[in-house]
Amino acid sequence: MKLKRFFEKRKIPLAWLLLTRQPLRILVAIAGISFAGILMFMQLGFRDGLFDASVTVHKLFNADLVLISPRSKSSISMSGFPRRRLVQSMAHKDVIGTTAVNWNFLLWRNPENLSTRSILALGFEPSKPLLVDSDFERKAATLKNKGRVLFDDLSRDEFGPISAWFKSGRLVETEVSGKRVRVSGIVSLGPSFGADGNLITSSETYLGLSPGNPQGSIEIGLVRLKKGSDIEKVVRSLNLSLPSDVKVMSLKSFIDFEKNYWKSSTSIGFIFTLGAAMGFIVGCVIVYQILYSDVSDHLPEYATLMAMGYNLRSLLGVVAREGFILSIMGYIPAYISGQALYALVRSSTKLPVEMSFSRASIIFFLILFMCMGSALAAMKKLADADPAEIF
Amino acid sequence: MNNLVNNTLKIVSLNHWYGQGEMKRHVLQSISMEIFPGEVVLLTGPSGCGKTTLLTLIGALRKVQDGDLRVFGKQLCGASRKTRQNLRKNIGMIFQGHNLLRCLTAEQNVQMGADLLNGFSYKARRAQSREWLRAVGLEDQMAKLPHDLSGGQKQRVAIARALAARPKLLLADEPTSALDSSTGREIVILLKKLAIEQSCSVLMVTHDPRILDVADRLLRMEDGQLLPSV
Ligand SMILES: Nc1ncnc2c1ncn2[C@@H]1O[C@H](COP(=O)(O)OP(=O)(O)OP(=O)(O)O)[C@@H](O)[C@H]1O
Ligand SMILES: [Mg+2]
Repeated sequence: MKLKRFFEKRKIPLAWLLLTRQPLRILVAIAGISFAGILMFMQLGFRDGLFDASVTVHKLFNADLVLISPRSKSSISMSGFPRRRLVQSMAHKDVIGTTAVNWNFLLWRNPENLSTRSILALGFEPSKPLLVDSDFERKAATLKNKGRVLFDDLSRDEFGPISAWFKSGRLVETEVSGKRVRVSGIVSLGPSFGADGNLITSSETYLGLSPGNPQGSIEIGLVRLKKGSDIEKVVRSLNLSLPSDVKVMSLKSFIDFEKNYWKSSTSIGFIFTLGAAMGFIVGCVIVYQILYSDVSDHLPEYATLMAMGYNLRSLLGVVAREGFILSIMGYIPAYISGQALYALVRSSTKLPVEMSFSRASIIFFLILFMCMGSALAAMKKLADADPAEIF
Repeated sequence: MNNLVNNTLKIVSLNHWYGQGEMKRHVLQSISMEIFPGEVVLLTGPSGCGKTTLLTLIGALRKVQDGDLRVFGKQLCGASRKTRQNLRKNIGMIFQGHNLLRCLTAEQNVQMGADLLNGFSYKARRAQSREWLRAVGLEDQMAKLPHDLSGGQKQRVAIARALAARPKLLLADEPTSALDSSTGREIVILLKKLAIEQSCSVLMVTHDPRILDVADRLLRMEDGQLLPSV
């Protein structure tokens, strides 16, 4: 009913006609706005993708709580703590299982061209759960033999064509820290800032590969709780009962801890946000230019409308609508190109860059804000439309 | 009070100045005149005598500085911007240059006038616009942009646009000056016919001696003063 009234009351779509009767100008406007939008999509996408990538392994841990050393600052600088602490945590009535994890960088030799590169190695007891992946248990079983490793097929190509060779049935052997290992399976984790690639092995093999590791020292302790336990309560009580050489946190805060390191201790966030801001400013300038010259060119016509009896408010409305139309027409191509570029980034860098709803809407509102702000600035020019001057 | 008003326009000793200080010029000097409903009044006079100034004051496009100027009984001297804005809806204007909107077709231009009317549906306003274009003889040019119309056709569209808002007073400033004389006369006769059908008063400024006979009344102006009618 209301819609029908609205439909009956509608007028000539002046804003639309003003824009579309100048195809070249509107094309420039759309190109400019989309360019700004694409820039924002890329910069913010990279930023979030990099932050997400820093916790790809963290997110897969089969754990409710995590124990780390208070000296650990991030995944690239993990300190050890006594493994006994993990055993002590078993005393809590809600704890049903634990996994001790060694976590450090080792040197991997590319079996194809024999160059070496630093890879993140995880060591754990293969009989215990590590990752939530359902197929992982079967693969972990292969690690019970000494000198076997699972290789991450999302690792960067510089580590060699490991998964291709493995899948073709070839026996893949190479050196890690100068010791011979054999690839007994493939997992999918993904690279991060710190690590270009990952491998998983048994604690026994791990200790063989890094003999300098202090006796009984681990970097990460995974703790699983009974269903329905109050995680925060257990964290508090474990932090009280365990000595201060270990820190207990929920898996979620462990993930945030890692992300926060990259957000606050590096300039990555700043650089990419600045890039997005540049896009925003460029967009503002372009839209302002377009709308300003549009208003200037049509000044006598606006003055005529005022002389006819249209009030200033309805003319301001025309400019505002022009801004709104431009924002919609600029956003759509930006969104589509953003999707395409994300797919390209995913396939070429293996970064987990996704079009999230929140980013898509933030950028939509930024573009809307950009266009409406520019429209507002261009409206000042309308004050120059003097109906007394047109006779 | 309103029902006592039987004139469309009443001016008593209107003065207007341009400029400040030493540059100040007395452009209109105690003008007094009256226009009654349905009257067609022509205003002539040498260039620079203040005709356009008078028209913009009557059209509520300019602030009245001194004197008594009532349109439809509404005092314009000291009127607020909003009052003037609302009043303009009831005053049709036809300019020397047609001043059509370049991005709109003939039909859409006329509808910009019709859109000022309240209480009609979009369809009704659209039908009215077409009716007006038919009345000015442009039924087969409706979809054309101003760019593709001749000068006379543009001025017809401008007339249709002005009348589509159903004004009670029509102001025209040299509407024929851009046209050849026979087309100009045709346009003025058409304008008069349509205005009278709407019982709309017309005040037209012109230099064109060939159209003076169209007027009910002729006003002459010189140096900012109205000459007594002969
Ligand atoms: N905006 C203005 N500011 C200052 N002076 C003005 C302005 N508009 C007009 N004038 C001056 O006021 C006088 C009257 O101008 P107006 O335009 O009313 O004359 P007109 O009778 O319409 O002349 P024309 O027949 O040439 O159109 C002229 O001397 C003109 O120079
Ligand atoms: Mg003039």
